Amino acid sequence: MSNTPSDHIVSSYDDEIMQLAASIAEMGGAVETAISDAVDALLKVDHATAREILAADAKIDDMQRDVDDMAVSMIARRQPMAADLRMIIASIHVANDLERVGDMAKTICRRTLQLDGARLSPKFYNGLRHMTDLTLRQLKDAIDVYTSRDITNAIAVCERDAEIDALYVSLFRELLTYMMEDPRNITQCTHLLLAGKSLERAGDHATNIVEAAYYLKTGKNLAVLLDEQRSKG
Amino acid sequence: MEAVAKDISVATDAFGGNKIEATNVQVYYGDAHAIKDVSVKISERSVTSFIGPSGCGKSTFLRCINRMNDTIDGCRVDGTITLDNEDIYDKRVDPVQLRARVGMVFQKPNPFPKSIYDNVAYGPRIHGMVRGKDETDELVQSSLKRAGLWEEVKDRLLEPGTGLSGGQQQRLCIARAIATRPEVLLMDEPCSALDPIATAIIEELIDELRENFTICIVTHSMQQAARVSQKTAFFHLGKLIEEGPTEEIFTNPRDKKTQDYITGRIG
Repeated sequence: MSNTPSDHIVSSYDDEIMQLAASIAEMGGAVETAISDAVDALLKVDHATAREILAADAKIDDMQRDVDDMAVSMIARRQPMAADLRMIIASIHVANDLERVGDMAKTICRRTLQLDGARLSPKFYNGLRHMTDLTLRQLKDAIDVYTSRDITNAIAVCERDAEIDALYVSLFRELLTYMMEDPRNITQCTHLLLAGKSLERAGDHATNIVEAAYYLKTGKNLAVLLDEQRSKG
Repeated sequence: MEAVAKDISVATDAFGGNKIEATNVQVYYGDAHAIKDVSVKISERSVTSFIGPSGCGKSTFLRCINRMNDTIDGCRVDGTITLDNEDIYDKRVDPVQLRARVGMVFQKPNPFPKSIYDNVAYGPRIHGMVRGKDETDELVQSSLKRAGLWEEVKDRLLEPGTGLSGGQQQRLCIARAIATRPEVLLMDEPCSALDPIATAIIEELIDELRENFTICIVTHSMQQAARVSQKTAFFHLGKLIEEGPTEEIFTNPRDKKTQDYITGRIG
């Protein structure tokens, strides 16, 4: 059970809840852009853009701190209960996950800076590009589930994480093949592989965000629910 | 509501023995229907808090449990309330004896205009529970100790109880209530007139007392209900809307009215 924020007796409480939600949405947008731009910079071996994204990560970290500060202040002043309490706790979790996704973008940028100026062969990075598309879709859907408080798609989004995991395994095999074909590919392929790992982990954070949305809406733990469903077969 | 009521009894049974069982309780003040069909089970040796907006009937319901409403003209109670499976509204039950078993602490500390000692000794004396000075001394001391007041008053037991601070007076009232060795302790907003320190001391005391007593507390502070009670019942407009483990009521209530009240949407 959850309420719309716009009916507290104290209206400034509603304003704060809305502001917290807006901060999360803004942070989500910033993180999606960071991942998308980071992969673009990697594939183009664009050092200048990679450095820009690295610098911009500080802003995402600031946003997380702001969400934490807001949440702590609300808990201290409002003594939130039930759906309000869950909303604030979920915000702390989601901001943390988004910040971690921001770190994944940063890791990808560091890979880019490790590569020398040579262009990457598209043959190497088609798999990674596909994985990026999936991860970005996953992030977007997770943030949508969270901001809309509509959990109809929550389970579907969570289960789609398996596709990213599978894609990572096949990317690993594919890049390993290129490395075995020609040891001169090892440097480039290793960096691409590690970038793939970062995307895979970003996908896991997207799942966490959906779980936070599910908790916010129902007070129940989605991961536990899915485990129960699986054990029942 | 019926579906919820069924759930409630399941949740209650999980806590073990029921000390008090109220079934279809109705209370009327003249024509006003103050309590509407309330059924609830109260677990033994635990704290149950009653919450709800002013005028929702929580205090009225609390006062049914030791028949304090009998003293109000025009007040009528229907339905049954049992204490250890005995109907407390049975004609054979003496309300005075009942109130020795079901003690009460009120919102405003109300010590008798007597000495600290006599405040505590009064109940046991009139109920013939103590004989001689030594026995009385011992009961006064043990009651004051259990109420966490002994150390502060042991050197001035003969001074008037009304000379104590608000928090001390309230603990004196608790000592007075537990001196008759009741089984149930009813507390009607026991901390609303106290400062945060005195409140914390009373809350600590409630936590200790629940080892031996069944406690029902009416409170307007939801944080207090969340802190001190194992179960919480939410009343609204004379009805029991929802009851269950305190943690569930405050993190994930089932009923929208409960949610609206505890999150500050209805008052």
